Parts: sequence; C-alpha cells; structure tokens
Amino acid sequence: MGEAIVVTSGKGGVGKTTTSANVGTALALQGKKVCLIDTDIGLRNLDVVMGLENRIIYDLVDVVEGRCKVHQALVKDKRFEDKLFLLPAAQTSDKSAVNPEQMKKLVVDLKQDYDYIIIDCPAGIEQGYKNAVAGADRAIVVTTPEISAVRDADRIIGLLEKENIEPPKLVINRIRNHMMKNGEMLDVDEITAHLSIDLLGIVADDDNVIKSSNKGEPIALDSTSKASISYRNIARRILGESVPLQSLEDERTGVFSRIKKLFGVKA
Amino acid sequence: MNKKPNVMIKGTKEGLTLHLNDQCSFHELKKELDDKLSAHYRETEGTPLLTVNIQTGNRYLTDDQVEELKEIVRQKRNLVVNEVWSNVITKNEAEKLIDERNIETLTGVIRSGQVVEVSGDILIVGDVNPGGKVLAGGNIYILGSLKGIAHAGHNGNMEAVIVASKMVPSQLRIGDSLNRAPDRVEEDDEHEMECAYVDDQGQIVVDRLQVLKHLRPNITSFKGGS
Repeated sequence: MGEAIVVTSGKGGVGKTTTSANVGTALALQGKKVCLIDTDIGLRNLDVVMGLENRIIYDLVDVVEGRCKVHQALVKDKRFEDKLFLLPAAQTSDKSAVNPEQMKKLVVDLKQDYDYIIIDCPAGIEQGYKNAVAGADRAIVVTTPEISAVRDADRIIGLLEKENIEPPKLVINRIRNHMMKNGEMLDVDEITAHLSIDLLGIVADDDNVIKSSNKGEPIALDSTSKASISYRNIARRILGESVPLQSLEDERTGVFSRIKKLFGVKA
Repeated sequence: MNKKPNVMIKGTKEGLTLHLNDQCSFHELKKELDDKLSAHYRETEGTPLLTVNIQTGNRYLTDDQVEELKEIVRQKRNLVVNEVWSNVITKNEAEKLIDERNIETLTGVIRSGQVVEVSGDILIVGDVNPGGKVLAGGNIYILGSLKGIAHAGHNGNMEAVIVASKMVPSQLRIGDSLNRAPDRVEEDDEHEMECAYVDDQGQIVVDRLQVLKHLRPNITSFKGGS
C-alpha cells in the first residue's frame, strides 16, 4: 500500500510542477515505484517538464469518465525500468470535469500498485486544489523567499490543517544565497518560524533547473547540479532518512581557494 | 378565603417596590395590580414623581409582558418605573452570560484567511499570522506574535484590551475604534509584551503590559490570596 503526497503552494509560479517532477524522479532513482498525477486540468505542464508530452494517449478526465482504464492512461518514463509513470491532466476540459470523490477513488486504486503517488496541484484554492488534496495522505507546501508566496503558503497550510492528512512539510524553493545573506530576502529561519511547520528541504535558485525543464529532463537526473542534490535529499527525507540541510555557499573552484581548503584555511 | 394578595406594595427610601406573586396567572396579576394602584393612588396634581421597582419573583416575563406591566404602572400619573427585577432568566440568556465571562483557549497558529470568533475572552497560544483575524466580545490575549488583525470588544465594548507577547499587528480594533500599523516599522523597535486599549480620547494606545493593572482593574477575576 503506497502513500499519496500532494505538492501545493497556493501561489502560482513558485515551482510546484518542478518540485513534483524532481521529487518523483528522485524517489524513482531510489528504487521506489512512483506515479505522478497532474491535476492541473486545462493547463497541464508536468508532462512537458518530464518530456513525456508526445506519448500521451489518454488523460485524467478520460480515466474518471470511464473512457479508458487507469493503466492505459499512465505514461511510462523510459528512463526508468517500470519505476516512474505519469497520469497527465486533460488539456481540453477544465477543473470541474473531476470531483474530489473521483480523485479519492483513483488515488486509492493507484496506491495498490505504487509506493508513492505524487499529486501536482494547480495554483489557487478552488476546485482544482480540492481535487488534488482529496486523495492525499501527506502534503508538501512549496514556497519561495518572497512575502507574497509565504502569505499564500500560510493560507494553504491553514486549509490543509482542516483536511484529514498529516501536518504538511515545507520546501523553500529558489533561494538566492547572496540576497538572503544581505537580508534582502526572507531567510530560511524566518520563513519556517512564520509558517511554523517542519522544513523538508531547501532548493537554491539554479539556472540549470530551467535549462533541463526545457529539455524535458528533470534536473534530479543530473547528479552534478546543486538543485539536483537538493531534490534527492528531499526524496531521502520523504523515505525517512535524516539528511542535514546542504550548505547554500557557492563552491569555490578556483585553484587558490582549493589550496586554501587543502591547508584548512577558511575561505 | 383569606388568601395572600398577589401584589404587595412596599415603601422604601428609593420609592416603591411592588412584589408580585409568581404563582397566579399573569392575567389575574395584571388585574390586581391595576386595582391596587388605582385604589391607593388617586391622581393628584403637583405631587412629586415616585419611582417604582417591580420584583417579579420566580416568574419569567417576556419583553412584551414587562412592557404591559410598565404600562399599567405608568398610567398612574405620578409613578415611574425604574427597574423590573426577576429571579429567573432563560437558558439562552444564562449561556450567553457564561460565554461572555468565559475565557476560551485556542492552541495553534491563526493563519492567513482564518477567522476566530468568540463572544467572551480568548487566549491564543500561538501566533496570529498576517491575514488572520481574531474577533472577541471581550479581551484578546495572545501568547505569541500578533501579526494579523485583532478586534476586541466587537459588540461595542470599549473597555476591552488586546495583549500580545509580540505586538506587530496589521490592524488593531477595539469596540468601534481602529488603529493601523505604521507603514514603516523600525527594525530595532521593541514590541515585547504589550497591551492595547482605548484611551479617554477614544484612540487606541499601545503600552507596556504593566499599565493594564491600573487601567482595567476589572480584568482581574482572581479572588482570594493576598
């Protein structure tokens, strides 16, 4: 029996889809059987980020309306051996095409076959959000170090606390270390104190995330990138490992600083 | 049969007190009241007004019935009704009274978009985040940061106060007064353990917690000790 995790934020554009794609990928890399569900009906993106757009035959709405079986609609990610699947959203309908009961039933069905169901939630707190949350056991709230995103995260946490699920966990995305150090951006401690929920991980703002999204390859596949390590750490924490937060300091790769490091001089 | 009269009139320093029997029917009572008052107090010009208090005992009277009784007394020119007392109130009224004096405790964070409303006092163990709102008929006590909106005495009680461990509200409201946070707050401003109240000019003032004891002695409900 698997576990369903909804990835939500309230505000749009903070990185829900990117987080869903990468956490799902990182969990699959850990050998778990993962199913991603895109619930953003009418504005689907997860398939694009995963690079699976061309293989979609059926979608979420086809499944709930009985036009096909669930396994027919699931798109297999060939980079993994039967570990990662995507249930894409419909592009032609809207959020009202699905109701929370249908979502709940669908998620319960999928939990039989998968270790983790990652549900990508649309922005907002209306029907789409209600659908996404309906079947979830756990929730990940994504925010960025901006006051507007934190405000919306606070609102969504309030709504999630009313649901019958575990207390939500926080992911702070798009951290720019130099701004945080100067105090121009809310820092990690400030955000977690304000929202008073547990921190699941932090992800630095990284140009490579956009690059790899555009290529349809989740950054978690590229083991050298910093954001990739962040997402892999988040996946490990979901699996119950205790992984310390990675440092946000930029790695100095110059010869001089490497010599300094060798001699134990602090940069 | 010599039965006890339904209406007894007693004179006191403050005026007259009418003790009404609570066992007879309301109709009988009205009749006897009217008879007694007519018999004893003839209309006389120039006599000073007499205040009358009505004691209805264990009889529950609706507002209309109270008004009927008052009307009977008022018809006698030199009588004015001061107060109608009753030993009984309805369950609803009693529950309302209890609620108004009760302190409700709430543990947790009041988040953006959440509204908490109580008719009495409220104690919140946790923060009130921006966009969150607390409404209370009485006082608001917050063991945490007040960053949202707090409205104490929202039924118009201007005596109500707002107390917070860290006072950085977006708005404070007490009764029908309103106060907004300054647009710019100095970083090093101290906001530890403060209380807000309405001063003589009707302005909301934020002050040290220590002044509360003198300004609103009624808040203390603790009895005993020394």
